[in-house]
Amino acid sequence: MADIPKGDIPESWKTKPPPAWKLTPPEDIVKDVDHRRYTLGLEKGWMRELPVDIKRGMHCYAALPKNLQAVNMPNPRDWSVMDDDWKLPRDWKEIVLEGFKERLGKFRSFKLFMDICVRCGACADKCHYFIGSGDPKNMPVLRAELLRSVYRRYFTTAGKVLGPIAGARDLTEDILKEWWYYLYQCSECRRCSVFCPYGIDTAEITMMGRELTNLLGLNIDWIAGPVANCNRTGNHMGIMPHAFTEMIDFFLDEIEDITGVRIQPTFNRKGAEILFVTPSGDIFGDPGTYTAMGYLILFEALGLDYTWSTYASEGGNFGLFTSNEIMKKLNAKMYAEAKRLGVKWILGGECGHMWRVINQYMGTMNLDLAEGSKMEEPVNPLTGTKFENAKSTKMVHITEFTADLMRHGKLKLDPSRNDHLTVTFHDSCNTARGMGIFEEPRYVIKSVCNNFYEMPASSIREQTFCCGGGSGLNAGEDMELRMRGGLPRANAVKYVHEKYGVNRLACICAIDRAVLPNLMEYFVPEVDVTGVHELVANAIMLEGEKKKTVDLRGEPLPGREESE
Amino acid sequence: MDLKNLLQQKRPRIVKKWCDVILSTYPEQSQKFLRKQKDTIANPVGCTISQGIESIYDELLNESESDKISLFLDNIVRVRAVQDFSPSQAVSFIFGLKDVIREVLEDEVRQGEISEELVAFESKIDGLALRCFDIYNQCRQKIFEIRVNEVRNESSRLLKMAGLVYEIPETGSDLEDEKVNNG
Repeated sequence: MADIPKGDIPESWKTKPPPAWKLTPPEDIVKDVDHRRYTLGLEKGWMRELPVDIKRGMHCYAALPKNLQAVNMPNPRDWSVMDDDWKLPRDWKEIVLEGFKERLGKFRSFKLFMDICVRCGACADKCHYFIGSGDPKNMPVLRAELLRSVYRRYFTTAGKVLGPIAGARDLTEDILKEWWYYLYQCSECRRCSVFCPYGIDTAEITMMGRELTNLLGLNIDWIAGPVANCNRTGNHMGIMPHAFTEMIDFFLDEIEDITGVRIQPTFNRKGAEILFVTPSGDIFGDPGTYTAMGYLILFEALGLDYTWSTYASEGGNFGLFTSNEIMKKLNAKMYAEAKRLGVKWILGGECGHMWRVINQYMGTMNLDLAEGSKMEEPVNPLTGTKFENAKSTKMVHITEFTADLMRHGKLKLDPSRNDHLTVTFHDSCNTARGMGIFEEPRYVIKSVCNNFYEMPASSIREQTFCCGGGSGLNAGEDMELRMRGGLPRANAVKYVHEKYGVNRLACICAIDRAVLPNLMEYFVPEVDVTGVHELVANAIMLEGEKKKTVDLRGEPLPGREESE
Repeated sequence: MDLKNLLQQKRPRIVKKWCDVILSTYPEQSQKFLRKQKDTIANPVGCTISQGIESIYDELLNESESDKISLFLDNIVRVRAVQDFSPSQAVSFIFGLKDVIREVLEDEVRQGEISEELVAFESKIDGLALRCFDIYNQCRQKIFEIRVNEVRNESSRLLKMAGLVYEIPETGSDLEDEKVNNG
């Protein structure tokens, strides 16, 4: 037998002797790759594969106690995912089962999704994490089965009586860890739900599962931190109001350098017609910052009566990935601020999960906060278009707004300023599957770019692939997970890069703009990532602007370089 | 028949078997999908491997001067470098070809007619394994770079804005009256 250094023995070998390392026959080459675990018992297949082997690069760090305390989440303590002892409360099992029961009663969809799956497998190969990793527990059906097996054991007669034969499992600490590992390997993108003949939304199962983990203080810090910050300062990064305005000032300087026009936006201005809310990621992280400059230039070109808020300074809402209560609490600032400032409606920037919350939950969660306000059905002040779809929420997506402007010829545009770019569009999961925004961003892009190519049909629109870092998984420590999950998306981008020479990937989500550049750097380094409104601003001809020689990134515009 | 002709003649069998060996490094429940789904968009891992090794095999036989083979190796290793494999498992797929060839050409090998050629061919395969090792290392290096840059990008703008760091302007000298003498 070959000499194998002690420290390198994989966990999986400990229950059986390591195979010898030899080259023949061919099958031996792969013998040491063992994805299975061996235990005795009635369980079959995947149920035997415990305990789960938690790997570095595949999970996010544990929530810091201060971040849980900040929003009164239970069981705040220092703990590490890699430790055996997760410092669970003594009665953790009762807490989980009680929480499970409560949610089955409260959410009809959850109860249905636990019962009606027939394991047809239609969803199995649709998850980007499964496609990229080949890990069967990333099949949506199997990921949900991790919870269902426990549901059967404690909440169905067959499961109580027959146990494993009926696909039921006792809830143990190993199973809790398995839940945790895979619940935080689902980005709640809902691609699988598009293919489910019963309409089971696995994202909602993940949401419920994550709520259960939160009862035990098992959140990840990449979610818990932004939640705590949002609760305190209004945005994910914990940016104070003065820093927020200073950052916008910084953009104004850059815009003046490039266009020669000095823009003067307002902050917290009472009596403005429109409140503009966007994810803070666009204010503080490249390449989102160019998108933020794009908004400023667009509003300037229109002479729009709008204001920024340093209080509602974040569109994103990581409460969506924590619990419905936290989501509601963090969302409340939007209507509260709209009411305080007396605006007529809210315009929302390019974000993904922010729109999932606004479009699907905000109206029913918090509309009572808008009572007595001046808010009304949004109307585009420049075109007179009524946004009937936003009648209840009073909030309009910026690509709907801009597409409407373009349709009515309200913008002076020079698409040739984007001629150095060959663009494709990545539908963000939440705006695509969560609210059906397909045409508007494409209409906008085609109005400002001469070179646009679609990725293959099975990777766009309602079938779009996740960026790999949605639902709070865009931390740095889980980079392998992000790369695996992003592989299907990167693969489709690579296809259009090779076929059409695409060099710019446009998107309408701040998390995409944080995640996709890294994904591209690894898989398709020739492609950069951009927000749609960066492209719009490149093409806008501002009144009084100087001759543009560079785009918003300071990159020279071909054929317009400054003469030496 | 010389080795090259034999390898060309038995190409379909060898490539298929090699592909099977590589795909069997993935969990059992996933192998069916990885093997059967032929749409490259729906199954990037399976297709990258199956198409990649065909190209690698052809390049090996053609002994072409171009460095296309590195590109095909890169496509496969880049994916495996972020999957559930140890470094050796990630690149070991290349050795599978040696064993598959010896199995498929068992009779010919026994007759001893091609053994010399085969040894030479096998050392070419060993060379590919070394290239895979380089590529794997580059991939991991890239992952670490991305992580570091991500952290740096998150804070650099904030530091500048908070006035905690001073950015040297692009033009102009801080040493107005001084002459720097490097001599």
